[in-house]
Amino acid sequence: MQIGSPAFKQNAHDALGDVQLQKALGNVRRGFIDKRKKATDRLPEFDALRDEAKRIKDHTLSHLDFYLEAYERKVTASGGRVHWAETAEDARNIVLDICQAARARSVTKGKSMITEEIALNDFLAENGIRPVETDLGEYIIQLRGEHPSHIIAPAVHLNKEQVEMDFRRVHDHLPVARDLSEPEALLNEARMVLRKEYVTADVGITGANFLVAETGSSIIVTNEGNGDLTQALPKVHVVVASIEKVVPTLEDASQILRVLARSATGQETSVYTTVSTGPRRKGDPDGPEEYHVILLDNGRSSMLGTEFQDMLRCIRCGACMNHCPVYHAVGGHAYGWVYPGPMGAVLTPSLIGVDKAGHLPNASTFCGRCEEVCPMRIPLPRMMRNWREREFERRLNPAAQRFGLRFWAFFARRPRLYKLGAGLVIPFLAALGGRKRRLGWLPLAGGWTRHREMPAPESRTFMQQWRDRETLKQDAGR
Amino acid sequence: MSGRDAILGRVRRALGADSDDAMRLQAVEKRLARPPKGVIPARGQGSAAEKLHLFCTEAEAVHATLVKVRGPEGVPAAVAAYLRAKNLPAELRMGSDRRLKAMPWQRQRSLTVRYGASDGDDLTGVSHAFAGIAETGSVVLHSGADNPTTVNFLPEHHIVVIEAKDIVGDLETALGRVRRKFGRGEMPRTVNMITGPSRSADIEQRLLLGAHGPRSLHLIVVEG
Repeated sequence: MQIGSPAFKQNAHDALGDVQLQKALGNVRRGFIDKRKKATDRLPEFDALRDEAKRIKDHTLSHLDFYLEAYERKVTASGGRVHWAETAEDARNIVLDICQAARARSVTKGKSMITEEIALNDFLAENGIRPVETDLGEYIIQLRGEHPSHIIAPAVHLNKEQVEMDFRRVHDHLPVARDLSEPEALLNEARMVLRKEYVTADVGITGANFLVAETGSSIIVTNEGNGDLTQALPKVHVVVASIEKVVPTLEDASQILRVLARSATGQETSVYTTVSTGPRRKGDPDGPEEYHVILLDNGRSSMLGTEFQDMLRCIRCGACMNHCPVYHAVGGHAYGWVYPGPMGAVLTPSLIGVDKAGHLPNASTFCGRCEEVCPMRIPLPRMMRNWREREFERRLNPAAQRFGLRFWAFFARRPRLYKLGAGLVIPFLAALGGRKRRLGWLPLAGGWTRHREMPAPESRTFMQQWRDRETLKQDAGR
Repeated sequence: MSGRDAILGRVRRALGADSDDAMRLQAVEKRLARPPKGVIPARGQGSAAEKLHLFCTEAEAVHATLVKVRGPEGVPAAVAAYLRAKNLPAELRMGSDRRLKAMPWQRQRSLTVRYGASDGDDLTGVSHAFAGIAETGSVVLHSGADNPTTVNFLPEHHIVVIEAKDIVGDLETALGRVRRKFGRGEMPRTVNMITGPSRSADIEQRLLLGAHGPRSLHLIVVEG
């Protein structure tokens, strides 16, 4: 897909003025947070499971080479085939080869962020193969020629009236007078239309939530059942997954599954958790005749061993964006590439370069909620700061910003001078704030004060107040 | 150089991994052979009666319906009653699972039973669960010659028979049983863990049942 991340500022500006989008984003703010809280409160072991989930992924990542080899051996032993793809282009070509060998005319797809990352749909279409998204949200945005705005709720930026218009436009073989005013009617129509697609597709493509080294299995979780129909009905099943999806054993997958659904949708578990291992066995009455796995690197291996390795623990639950004030304000499309929200702000620069995605790690208030709710305890704010540092080192941010940072750093490294300067500036700003204690104007910060007032500082500096506090404490202790 | 060698080479370099290979490999083999059990929620660890109770509560909380019968011979009557209550035609699709086949279907006179994989035209499918998971109210089914996966997903209504004695406390124990049945590291083509009927909240985050899989999931728990 086209990279829109460099235009983040303009995208965000447009998103804030988009009435439909702002209405739809209300659903994120209202729904996800409460549901997650209820589910996690109900499970006393939730935090212990988070620790365990983190340990499992840390262990796997530090032994990733061996686990990938073990996984490959088991897939092969169960009659499946593993393909290794260094880049998005490699992965696309492998998928195309498999589809062409199967003489595929249409492929059904389970919801998969990784196939968004490799921009598979456009590529297949260019090569005469019709891709059909089967997850309801993905289906809707495919009809609109859009990309997901959320990693687990791809159409969360839309309202039902918009969906109705698209269904009327595309399903033009159905009676015009039909009632589509309620979501139930829209769901039933999609169910009916997609039923035919499942049965006629030659290849089914899914992602994977986990790959299990012990058994050579891929695991997917869905609520709709679309992933299962996608992988059970066509004669070829292709799994596209990135290398960090591997976990050692079924127990390890189970541990992480417990934090996944609760963090994502606030469910105790997803409706369908499916473990797939190889093609149909002798005597099986159904299931695919071929089972392929494409292991994609596409930049992951270069995150290993760096300050961004922790990001490879991510299980794509979406909790970070569900709790992010920036995501709540601008939605997912503003981020300009596949992965939005805090996880996108860290992952996108790793995958497409900080030169293109530098705005994303800057689009954060550092409120820390993303790290607080992350089931895999990924230090997202710290990694956004790491990206800001890299951006500064590579001189990618604007001159004025660099000057400002240098100016501040000059004083920050000279505590006496800093104290002296702060001692002069703080009372001045406090006085300027007046009785309202608000500043409507600040030198060099017009961009901030144009839309809101800045709270004026207390009349004394932080250091002064701290000293007073400590003195008081000592007096009290005496 | 193949993609495989390039990727594994980069991973090894990034991990700084040539000196301690033997130790790392040993750690991997050990974990694959003896998986640590991890954190198991206490809620599913009660007596058999408590497990059964939790299983039923959790399943009903996610919109599955449930009925208990005494002995497998009570299943066909329970199925027929369900079809009547839902005003569904007296037709069923099921795999030729021994446990299902042994049930007295012929006693339900008007009931037509078709065996084998579903072609998508069946309104009601019946499966026999391999296990149940109390902590989440899930049923575990696995594919095989007598257990078509399509029966679990294509029919509008899915009826799953589960024996109370097969209800375990947690996910790990259920998967451990799959492992015991098929051997370490061996799996049937597919294992389906199903928790309630199909659903979607993709339109305005409103929860709707019956997205692509069955619109209803009816559990028949066999006791005694």
